[in-house]
Amino acid sequence: MTMMKTSSRWSGIGFQALAVLLALAFTTVVMLISGADPLQVYQNIITGALGSPTKVDDILVAWTPLLLATAGLLLTFTAGLWNIGIEGQITLGAIFTTWALRVLQPTDLPPTLIVAVGFLAGALGGMFWAGLVGLLKIFGNVNEIFGGLGLNFVATALTIWLIFGPWKRPGVGSMSGTEPFPLELWLPTLPGFRLSPLALAMGIIAIAIVYILLRGTYFGLRLKAVGRNGRAAFLMGIPTTRYMLMAFLLCGLMAGLAGATQVLAVYHRLIPSISSGYGFLGMMVAMLVNYQALWAAPVALFFAALNIGSIQLPIVLKLDSSLSGVLQGSLVLFVLLMDGVRRRLTRS
Amino acid sequence: MKSKRIWFVMSFVLLLTLLVSACQPAATPTQAPQPTQPPAEPQPTQPPAEPQPTQPPAEPQPTQPPAEPEEFIIGMLLVGPYNDRGWSQAHYDAGLYVEKKIPGVKLIYIDKVNPADRPGTTPEQLAEDLLSKGAKLIIFNSDDMKDGAINFARAHPDVPVIHASGDTSWKEGVNYIEFPKFGNTMGRMEYGKMIAGCAAALTTKTGQIGYLGPLINDETRRLTASAYLGAKYCYEKYAGKNPADLKFKVTWIGFWFNIPGFTADPTQVADDFLNSGYDVVISGIDTTEALVQASKARAAGKEVWAIPYDYEGACAEAPEVCLGVPYFNWGPAYLRAVEQVKAGTFKSYFEWLGPDWTNINNHDTSAVGFVFGDALSADAKANVEKFIAELAGGLNLFVGPLNYQDGTPFLAEGEVATDLQVWYLPQLLEGMEGQSVPSN
Repeated sequence: MTMMKTSSRWSGIGFQALAVLLALAFTTVVMLISGADPLQVYQNIITGALGSPTKVDDILVAWTPLLLATAGLLLTFTAGLWNIGIEGQITLGAIFTTWALRVLQPTDLPPTLIVAVGFLAGALGGMFWAGLVGLLKIFGNVNEIFGGLGLNFVATALTIWLIFGPWKRPGVGSMSGTEPFPLELWLPTLPGFRLSPLALAMGIIAIAIVYILLRGTYFGLRLKAVGRNGRAAFLMGIPTTRYMLMAFLLCGLMAGLAGATQVLAVYHRLIPSISSGYGFLGMMVAMLVNYQALWAAPVALFFAALNIGSIQLPIVLKLDSSLSGVLQGSLVLFVLLMDGVRRRLTRS
Repeated sequence: MKSKRIWFVMSFVLLLTLLVSACQPAATPTQAPQPTQPPAEPQPTQPPAEPQPTQPPAEPQPTQPPAEPEEFIIGMLLVGPYNDRGWSQAHYDAGLYVEKKIPGVKLIYIDKVNPADRPGTTPEQLAEDLLSKGAKLIIFNSDDMKDGAINFARAHPDVPVIHASGDTSWKEGVNYIEFPKFGNTMGRMEYGKMIAGCAAALTTKTGQIGYLGPLINDETRRLTASAYLGAKYCYEKYAGKNPADLKFKVTWIGFWFNIPGFTADPTQVADDFLNSGYDVVISGIDTTEALVQASKARAAGKEVWAIPYDYEGACAEAPEVCLGVPYFNWGPAYLRAVEQVKAGTFKSYFEWLGPDWTNINNHDTSAVGFVFGDALSADAKANVEKFIAELAGGLNLFVGPLNYQDGTPFLAEGEVATDLQVWYLPQLLEGMEGQSVPSN
């Protein structure tokens, strides 16, 4: 029994390594087709990501919302839910945060308090949007993929409407965003850096909480049961709908915090693509780590590093930065593919 | 058991391969980023992946020592693609112009710097990437990067910065911020737009001119108004028609170029104009949709024309419908800035540069120009040339009586608008259709 288990673990690692290799090979082929020297590309990504403390700082800035999004998604995935709507949940978090700041900005409240309320509002915004997806699924029988996708579009439309309409800069009609908030409403950063330690801590705490929840609590165990076999879980007395809704709400909370971070620590205003695609990237991370919280943090860090490192590509090699996206996407694809291959082989 | 060993061996080999390939780049000396450069000197090999926390954060860390003592790197952030045949390409070409004029100057750039194309990044962050590659002057090329440029200047007050089209360093302006090394440059495109409007008015047969507008702000209001003033003037003076009959309508898309899902589609807007009797479309956006759609309509048998914007070579995409293009020539301004940085005399400034009226297409002296298109008739061309001569002789169209779009007075009889009044034009003008400010 144990031998079989270790054997399958080894085969799993082998297949994953193969998947990584295939992804690298695939990306390399893409580079060759576009006429780039792959070694140079990889080297530029590495130096671009780690070449200076500022770069490492930028990676951590990108890591923070990605961690929050991934942490939330691990909960919904565990409950067997495809929370595609996470992008919209991040966006709603950002909208609610901006809203809170706009309302409280003219008051005499201390900036720290305003920022704290901003975070709270962001969390509520994310939960609100995620709760909608959950309710649609549970009571409206709308699959969460379609519900989430629809609400993503609504969230984008809402952002655009706010930016061009009620929240526009005076005399300006541009999608470039709302008026930036004054410096005292920016989340404090380390001197000379963009990273806000508070936001980073929030991301790390979120993933730690999810790790503990999934690993050592009844809640996590039951959530897994719901995800594996909802009907069996229900028959065993687990209130499945409540657990699903809980998963959505917790994921929305973290997504909302990610949105709040984008407003308070990165852009200091609302912009149209405020979610920056971290929700979808988070899904890729979660799939890549096979929904294991332990690996989510380092893989998210790796993805963030790829994003930052690839900025160098257009400067030096005149290549599009989206090459990092090709690598990220093909990694996920090949890992899933190899997982399927392994299952098929080990079954026979 | 057996499969376990096989997998072990396989994964070990794979890991090894990965490690080897990961280490390889460090062992290869970097090649010079640009093939046009002389062969690169050997470079210090770097460890592949070590962060260096001991170094001070703010210092730029060029990855290579300068090739020659006089090497000077310009770092440019472009809002659109470097080859957009519009706004961004005009800046890119200006960088190449400086490269040609001053030996040792090298242009590096990041294009598509906008939140939709580069999610998760900010202009100030990308500027730091340029800085880390050795840039000695950072150019932010878009209105959209205003906040980014300011944030960057706050963090790096000693790095010379130019924000094209901005007003941050205009002491009399309403957005003045004092920085030591923050330049603003802009061409007086009002003239270019007046010429464009004139060419449109002398060509239209339906008496309806459409203006494909980008986003709404001070700059776009004053440029659209300028096109209208030029059109009105020529419609009356050279075409001998009643300017009150001229229809001039602007439709805004919401950004400088199309971002699907976020802006209105400029292709659609241009088509709407062309299909509803507007037979000349003047473009105010960074890209060439107006020209392209006019060309398609022409192929379908419609008698229509277009006037692109920003980039001298824009007509080439569809010369058969192109009446001409008002364009920016940023080269001389950037050349001066680089010379000042090299001489150590670069200080904050605001400049709003007019055309060189002796020859508005002189690449070394004129900040804005206009090249005629093939589709402009000989008669119209002769009149537009007369109009240009009038402008060169001091004709000012921002003279009263002029009313704002809502009918409130802008300039009294004979009153000449100040630079501040033109730059910060709060509304479109009476007689123009379209939004002055976004509606709620």
